[in-house]
Amino acid sequence: MMKTHQIISEIEREHIRSLVKKGLRIDGRSLDDFREIQIKTGVVEKAEGSAEVQLGNTKVLAGIKAEIGPPFSDTPNNAVVTVNIEFIPLASPLFESGPPGEAAIEIARVIDRGIRETKAIDLKSLCIIPGDKVWVIFVDIYILDHDGNLFDASSIGALAALLTTKIKKTNVQNGEVELLDELQPLSIATKPISTTFAKIRDELLIDPSLIEESVADARLTITHDSDGNLCAMQKGGKGSFTLESILKAVDIARMKSEEIREKI
Amino acid sequence: MTRINQNSYERLIDENEIRIDGRKLDELRPINIEVGILTNAYGSALLHHGKNKILAAVFGPRELHPRHLALPDRALVRCEYRMTTFSVEERKSPAPSRREIELSKVIRESLEPAIFTHLYPRTSVDVFIEVLQADGGTRCDGITAASTALADAGVPLRDLVVACAVGKVEGHILLDLDDIEDKKGEADMPIAILPRNKEVTLLQMDGQLSREEFQRALDLAIKGCEQIHEMQKEALRKKYSEIQEEVLEELNEFSEKEENQD
Repeated sequence: MMKTHQIISEIEREHIRSLVKKGLRIDGRSLDDFREIQIKTGVVEKAEGSAEVQLGNTKVLAGIKAEIGPPFSDTPNNAVVTVNIEFIPLASPLFESGPPGEAAIEIARVIDRGIRETKAIDLKSLCIIPGDKVWVIFVDIYILDHDGNLFDASSIGALAALLTTKIKKTNVQNGEVELLDELQPLSIATKPISTTFAKIRDELLIDPSLIEESVADARLTITHDSDGNLCAMQKGGKGSFTLESILKAVDIARMKSEEIREKI
Repeated sequence: MTRINQNSYERLIDENEIRIDGRKLDELRPINIEVGILTNAYGSALLHHGKNKILAAVFGPRELHPRHLALPDRALVRCEYRMTTFSVEERKSPAPSRREIELSKVIRESLEPAIFTHLYPRTSVDVFIEVLQADGGTRCDGITAASTALADAGVPLRDLVVACAVGKVEGHILLDLDDIEDKKGEADMPIAILPRNKEVTLLQMDGQLSREEFQRALDLAIKGCEQIHEMQKEALRKKYSEIQEEVLEELNEFSEKEENQD
């Protein structure tokens, strides 16, 4: 079982916990401050779309590839979107080589649901021959440097990359698909933005760094769409949340998601 | 997955707010919980919930293998949520899917807050959940069954964990979505709580909910969880009252024999 948290000393743990009690954080942020977000798009030319996101010292690279393939049998008129995250060992001493572990699968599936359930991508427009050939959009996210909050860094990366994605137009003749040189952007209907909280001493800290995650009892990720509706949530970690703290987090997340959406 | 015939119904909820299976908006499917039905497991529970059939078994606290995973200050809680290949309409591949891996993680994290893991350092508490038949809401039933099995195993708990799903279908906030409602609905939100203090130990959501709808859904979920919690306790009491009766009977027989010998 791969660990995504580091071991820290008791003295540091107690320091972080006592700071939180005073509404302070070890890196000088207030409890509801995000770290600085930097987004660069078009960083990989061979990809149909790409984005590098830096969230404080956390760095992720998202790339989009598109192929023509069969649709799922229960949605014959829809394109297929799959999200995958790789925790590669160059990003952190905590990561090991091998197939994605449960932590990576969890993030990928939450982002996947955020895109799918909000109908962020118009999947119908990417159907080529109903029931037979559709575009399959691969969203692959590589963690390059791990300093906590991989959830939000990855979801921002996925969205930023999708917004810059251009795929080839197609022409169908006698059941044969011809790829044209002309490119079309994906039509993105809404921009789902996730906001992640760590719970330390009954306080919620937004955008936790790795060291804060290592101290935290639990995690809560809340995703809002462009209209301010809730569209995905995921609790993690071995702790629990009170109902009041969840409602408070939802309100904060909504505000923060609007701020972040403006940057993408 | 494709069994829903698009033409077989028009709406999932009729004008009298009755659902396609005859339930009211805030009504649970029928639930039955049996405790201690497996012989090898330390504790077990079988949960019938509508068409869902979920079997949960607990092994532990027991010696942990492989040992390098041992935690010096507490027990390691492990959880495996799996579905049988025949539990769904189209045969499921027996290999663990990404969904099963994610659910195993969130279910484990929903149970762990209830367990006094620090009492058993260097051991493991292994929870196995097998979905025998699935019709929506199986992760919640897995949690409810698993926590009942944990109690049956005698693992010290802060509280039982109980879970149920709420969601939005055709604009209505509904309790306990079945498979069709889950697939066709606008939002789905599984929640697990510790009923004693209403701490939330599992919260997932996908779909679309406004802030106001979310709060209503949350309140409804708590009500659903409270009802299921009563059935959980009843199931546990039933097993132990049966054991109590058996023991009392044997004691009676024994004392009668003693009297006869005198």
